[in-house]
Amino acid sequence: MSWVSKTLNSTLGRKVLMALTGLFLILFLVVHLAGNLQLLIPDGGEAFNKYAATMANNPFIKVVSIGNFAFILIHVIYSIILSRHNKKSRPVGYSITKASSNSTWASRNMGILGTFLLIFILVHLKGFYYEVKFGSIPMTTYEGVEFKDVFAIVSAAYSNVLYVAFYVLSMGFLAFHLSHGFASAFQTLGLNHVKYSPLIRKVGLVFSILIPALFALIPLVMFFQN
Amino acid sequence: MNLTLKIWRQKNNTDKGAFKEYKIADISEDMSFLEMLDVLNEQLSTKGEDPVHFDHDCREGICGMCSLYINGNPHGPQQTTTCQLHMRSFKDGDVITIEPWRAKAFPVLKDLVVDRSSFDRIIQAGGYVSVNTGGVPDANEIPIPKSIADLAMDAAQCIGCGACVAACKNASAMLFTSAKVSQLALLPQGQVERKIRAENMVAQMDAEGFGACTNTGACEAECPKGISITNIARMNREYFSAVLSSDTV
Repeated sequence: MSWVSKTLNSTLGRKVLMALTGLFLILFLVVHLAGNLQLLIPDGGEAFNKYAATMANNPFIKVVSIGNFAFILIHVIYSIILSRHNKKSRPVGYSITKASSNSTWASRNMGILGTFLLIFILVHLKGFYYEVKFGSIPMTTYEGVEFKDVFAIVSAAYSNVLYVAFYVLSMGFLAFHLSHGFASAFQTLGLNHVKYSPLIRKVGLVFSILIPALFALIPLVMFFQN
Repeated sequence: MNLTLKIWRQKNNTDKGAFKEYKIADISEDMSFLEMLDVLNEQLSTKGEDPVHFDHDCREGICGMCSLYINGNPHGPQQTTTCQLHMRSFKDGDVITIEPWRAKAFPVLKDLVVDRSSFDRIIQAGGYVSVNTGGVPDANEIPIPKSIADLAMDAAQCIGCGACVAACKNASAMLFTSAKVSQLALLPQGQVERKIRAENMVAQMDAEGFGACTNTGACEAECPKGISITNIARMNREYFSAVLSSDTV
């Protein structure tokens, strides 16, 4: 085994892959949210549709989106590898554990939270990404130029109360996943410092509440406007 | 006080094992937890039964020999070693469940005794420094800032009891290994083997079958010596800077 694969297969190496891909996905959430918030501009979807077209045609964004899919895949695969390894490390369990006395619920259930998020991502990709890229969707015209009316697809989805409920619930899972994941990623990368760690924890907490809340706000607002 | 004890009994490494219940009466709240078990064992011996096997040595909280997973926490409800836990932490009529440390790398030998030699092998892999033989060097010959010396001493507080492994949902030995890496990496005397130490100790930790770290912080919360998980972050830095720059291919 080369030193690279040996390192990446060590428990520390696997965790670093989780941390790096996790941090990239955190960054992706910010960009994605910035785009989504344009859905709330009261212009019948013009700003959002133009933004969607820009994203679809930008070669840089195409490369980043391939990276994004790859990082999600690595994050999922390594979480399975790590979970299996960790399970095997304690073949006989305890009859009584008081885990809540020494750790947070989210930190102990990242795998379960992540599984729900993966289901959400798959439903989300099927409903929006796949439809917009490969499905037949209505067109709209602004100043004589034709655009895909992505806004109409989103608006239709968000008029379904079940979909909105599923979306909001998933953002709850995301909040818990981030509440541990954000600061944990820095710790894994060895970035623990008496000056910066308290700040990282605070930013992580604010981030884990604010970002999912803003994501959840969009379908809620659009549902009640419909 | 009168208590009900649910104790894990297991004849040997290959036996399946099971809980057995014991009633014990007239326990003083000033007794240590191990003294309470001594009383139980006296009674079992008098009756001709096999006494409950458990690890202990100094009974002063400094050797790291005692263990026991008591009512869902390693070393019981207080953040101390089992030998320093007193019966006043419990109430009359309590049911106390006592289990051995549970980890693949800590196989049960008998009852509550587990084999922690995996920790010894991690130490052997790199937890040492090279020193020249000869006369005793002068104290303070090498200047070390007080803050660094304090950090190294904090890490060196680890007594290797294994409560971190017992507490961790992944049975991970990161807190132990990181304390042992840190106490030497922080000091000038530890620089000679700095890279090879981090690489070898992490490799040995993995080879022993310990789990990975999820940063739940359970180890830090349960450690009787208050070892901080900042040591785990330091070990990660030590390991990756070693891997990226050492000559080991």
